[in-house]
Amino acid sequence: MRRRPLAILGAALTLLATAAPAAAERLVSSLSSHRVLITPSFTGTELVLFGTVEHDAASVPRRGSYDIVATVSGPRETLVVRRKERMFGIWANADSRTFVEVPSYLAVLSTRPAEEIAPIDVLRRLQIGLRRTLLPQRIGPDTADVVRDDPFRNAFLRLKLSHDLYVDAPNAVTFLTPILFRATIPLPAGAPIGNYEVDLKLFADGALITRGGDAFEIVKFGFEQFVAGAALNHGLLYGLATALMALLTGWLASVVFRRD
Amino acid sequence: MTPVQVYLPIADLPVNIFVVFAMGIAVGFISGMFGIGGGFLMTPLLIFLGISPAVAVATVSSHIAASSFSGAITYWRRKALDLSLAAMLLIGGIAGTAAGVWLFTYLRALGQLDLTISLSYVLLLGSVGGLMVAEGVRAIIRSRHGKPVELRRPGSHTWFHGLPFKLRFKQSRIYVSSIPVVMIGFIMGFIGAIMGIGGGFLLVPMLIYFLRVPTNVVIGTSMVLTLVTMATATVLHSITNHLVDVILALILMVGGVMGAQFGARAGQKMRSERLRLMLGILVLAVGVRFAVDLVMTPDDFYSIRQLEGTQ
Repeated sequence: MRRRPLAILGAALTLLATAAPAAAERLVSSLSSHRVLITPSFTGTELVLFGTVEHDAASVPRRGSYDIVATVSGPRETLVVRRKERMFGIWANADSRTFVEVPSYLAVLSTRPAEEIAPIDVLRRLQIGLRRTLLPQRIGPDTADVVRDDPFRNAFLRLKLSHDLYVDAPNAVTFLTPILFRATIPLPAGAPIGNYEVDLKLFADGALITRGGDAFEIVKFGFEQFVAGAALNHGLLYGLATALMALLTGWLASVVFRRD
Repeated sequence: MTPVQVYLPIADLPVNIFVVFAMGIAVGFISGMFGIGGGFLMTPLLIFLGISPAVAVATVSSHIAASSFSGAITYWRRKALDLSLAAMLLIGGIAGTAAGVWLFTYLRALGQLDLTISLSYVLLLGSVGGLMVAEGVRAIIRSRHGKPVELRRPGSHTWFHGLPFKLRFKQSRIYVSSIPVVMIGFIMGFIGAIMGIGGGFLLVPMLIYFLRVPTNVVIGTSMVLTLVTMATATVLHSITNHLVDVILALILMVGGVMGAQFGARAGQKMRSERLRLMLGILVLAVGVRFAVDLVMTPDDFYSIRQLEGTQ
């Protein structure tokens, strides 16, 4: 199947015919849902991403098969990573590093490990993979990313991965047919509320051919939305209601369990 | 099938409803048994569940308010509380809370709040727990030898009995200067604001040892103070930080007030010196737990936290 002499010949002919190869494939994709609702029974969920590689008359036949890299990033947040050191016999937070406006959620899903899909300089330029994603950090007066094996940067990635908020899934995208693909985006219960972007990149023969994208949002719904909204917008009333609820609960207990 | 997991709207994570309910019952049982709020147990437990310390501290305040109100009503029916003494303590308590909140904010800006909380847990719970255990053991040995257990020594006066502004607290049958009363209230409010605890386990011995308040009114009076400070804290936390989780609070308080009723009955069946020894061991154990965390080499040297105010 992989060796298609005619296809290669065709590709060569097309290359000769058009000086600049017009990459005419198009990515068409969708998600199983564009809105994830947080209800009282929410314990995390999965979204299914599916799509197809569309050809038209100008499409160049490819030698190898297609590769997809899907990068899902959640709302940005600023985080502090602290390192404990022993001081006077006890372990206390000594050094810290602030990560500025980094994705709260980041999943990199691909058909193969990224290193096999494209050369390393391409991957770096396109920020493909967790290790190559730009993570701006506040260093003195500047905000910049640091070298890849910086201990704070590694610790940040390790902690995010351990909370399932960063996901590295090099085999999560599968081609069902040569042009039809699907992937599952795992969303943990701790995934923050907000807008999520899905960035799709189509590769063939180690080169980026085209990009696609989609988006979804995670929102609190119904009762959860009501409570969170009340706590934020009507703090005094919310506090008084909670205190009153406490008094009522306490009073009820003393009545129910009254013995004399 | 009924959902076991419930998503907390403010803490932003799902918890097992039965685990939280069981925690409420367990801590409620202990609080009813010893006549304390139990915040020093509940706050660390919630943090252990994965709830952020800020949400834990804010939510526990409403849980303590519920269980202390339930307890206060019971003691009120038995006329076993001193409202005028509680009011006097509250004057100092409110000033102490304000001072504590100020220091809390200052330490948070320095980035050493976690260490301060851990160290104060170690120092306070360790020393108080140690004293209580020593006192409890001594009392039990004394009673074994057939000597009467004498906690309140009416004849013995300390230096602050000579202070001015004396007041007579009828219910407690004490005649004491208002200065140490307000001072004790201040210390309680201050510690409560920084450590996120009601402080009943501290207040009860202080009232007994320093003010010579009789044991029959001391718990009820301490509960009134805890009730007012914790209800106020609930409202203040809601206004300033929006971090009180009402669902978590409801599960905890329903479990808590139920546990407290059974705890109170179990406590009444036990001898008071044995009860004090058990509470001392419990307080000491929590203090030691915090000390171990500070001294032991941590599994992970790194921790990650959202920067304050960027929610």
